[in-house]
Amino acid sequence: MSAFTFKEQNPLPGFRLTLGFAVLYLGLIVLVPLSAAFLKTATMTWPAFWSAVASPRVLASYRISFGAALLAAAINAVFGLLVAWVLVRYRFPFKKLVDAMVDLPFALPTAVAGIALAAIYSKNGWIGRWLEPLGIKAAFSELGILIALTFISLPFVVRTVQPVLEDLESELEEAAVSLGASRWQAFRRVLLPPLYPPLLTGFALAFARALGEYGSVVFIAGNMPMRTEITPLLIITKLEQYDYQGATAIAVVMLTASFALLLVINLLQKWSQQRTRG
Amino acid sequence: MTTNKTFRSLLIWGVVLGFGLSVRAADEVKLLNISYDPTRELYQDFNASFAKHWKEKTGQTVTVNQSHGGSGKQARAVIDGLQADVVTLALAYDVDALFLKAALIPKEWQSRLPHNSAPYTSTIVFLVRKGNPKQIKDWNDLAKPGVAVITPNPKTSGGARWNYLAAWGYALKQNRGDETKAKEFVSRLFKNVPVLDSGARGSTVTFVERGIGDVFISWENEALLVVNNLGKDQFEIVAPSLSILAEPPVTIVDKFAAKHGTLAVAKAYLEHLYSEEGQEIAAKHYYRPRLESVAAKYADKFPQLKLFTIDEVFGGWQKAQSQHFADDGIFDQIYKP
Repeated sequence: MSAFTFKEQNPLPGFRLTLGFAVLYLGLIVLVPLSAAFLKTATMTWPAFWSAVASPRVLASYRISFGAALLAAAINAVFGLLVAWVLVRYRFPFKKLVDAMVDLPFALPTAVAGIALAAIYSKNGWIGRWLEPLGIKAAFSELGILIALTFISLPFVVRTVQPVLEDLESELEEAAVSLGASRWQAFRRVLLPPLYPPLLTGFALAFARALGEYGSVVFIAGNMPMRTEITPLLIITKLEQYDYQGATAIAVVMLTASFALLLVINLLQKWSQQRTRG
Repeated sequence: MTTNKTFRSLLIWGVVLGFGLSVRAADEVKLLNISYDPTRELYQDFNASFAKHWKEKTGQTVTVNQSHGGSGKQARAVIDGLQADVVTLALAYDVDALFLKAALIPKEWQSRLPHNSAPYTSTIVFLVRKGNPKQIKDWNDLAKPGVAVITPNPKTSGGARWNYLAAWGYALKQNRGDETKAKEFVSRLFKNVPVLDSGARGSTVTFVERGIGDVFISWENEALLVVNNLGKDQFEIVAPSLSILAEPPVTIVDKFAAKHGTLAVAKAYLEHLYSEEGQEIAAKHYYRPRLESVAAKYADKFPQLKLFTIDEVFGGWQKAQSQHFADDGIFDQIYKP
């Protein structure tokens, strides 16, 4: 496998230096802090670990955290693609401004986002007051968590799909349509396949970001045990009791699960890439 | 032209000041006070007062830096190595952790200063909407069906733990010490809570800004702040018949203060909290003063109510914490499906 041979494939020198630096950098920034979490957890006994990560309350938080993060990423995969499409293919006034707005959820401190969302969606807020009579409780419910996660993970899909879409020539679709393809066929068979890899990347990034999100969610979730407590909140709860081990144990479970999910997404991406090429 | 001149004179002043400061550096001392959320304004005033006091006494200029956040989070920061000279936190449980987790202070830290090392106190009261539409008078009204109660999550908020314990203490008294009945009462009360914010300020926002809930269980100082700053025409304070005496404790962090050579000034800083001047400042910021003379002067600011201490009813923080707030403790059992 070519992936496992250390071979200079680039005519430019500096392979060893840059690889060495990359490994050191990743080690310092990513691996050391993460291994600290694993090491702290390793001091626990198995029963203690199990009771920390598998109590009913924690299990309920996995459901809401992973569920809401996946759903938020899925929503953004659809609507992020739409936003990217509009931004690439159409000209309209203030386009640059709209384009810049996509990045706002990145720039905003998450606590500010959470407070703003809670203000808008609570029963006396701009949007919440219209939802309340319909029987929809947006803030302080599961829906509130989904809203916050969708908000903060919006930029990922847009920004990964956008450059690829820019490279696709619209002549391809025109050719497809002129050869008798319906609009749906052109979209499904011509436009979408090359977009799968960036869509999956964007989806994975959005999911990972949403899963770890704490700051904005706690303001809009309502934090009711068994219902709207996200996993990061339970980690904080453990820390409030000076239970460092319990906190890192849950963190380890989250890390492992999200790593596995990201790995699957990466494999899917590779597979779809090969399929489009072949 | 003028701006140029101003700039030049500013520059000269800057240089002069810079020299002045560097020469006087020996006469300067710095303190770091790690505190919890609602004491921000209190310590801003108090630090200025102490700086003046210390300057008169020793000629030394003292600069106190302060940091605020959730009480537990602040204690963790100190345990993890934030070099605080003094901590002024919301509950003794968090200060105990400095001894239990990192041996930064001696075990008997709480007996080093008068009144359990709590120079000022507060209590837990109710904040209701103007006119008290749900006629809330006492704790038992909070457990009635149809009343929405706002309180933060006791698992993440120190203040919320005081709220919970106050309710528990009331229920115990009502039921002559029957714990099962007390648990049943507190369960009913928490069934009425629609939102559990992670911190006390979050709950204030939920009740005041979002308009959620009929009654907000709150620190007295926070409730007075809301009523006096946000409008007497919108909110009212209701004092229950019985509540808990909340004692936010202070201590020197011996290990770090010794390292910085600030033991003496840190001690004087905390003692100044007990002085007439310190007590006045606490009272102005809606904390109940300990000193009789100051308490008498501000008596009309604080509602009269019967108070019990955590030691009397719960046997101290460590016991209360493990019985009620630890994982699978009584609070968790309330929410068991």
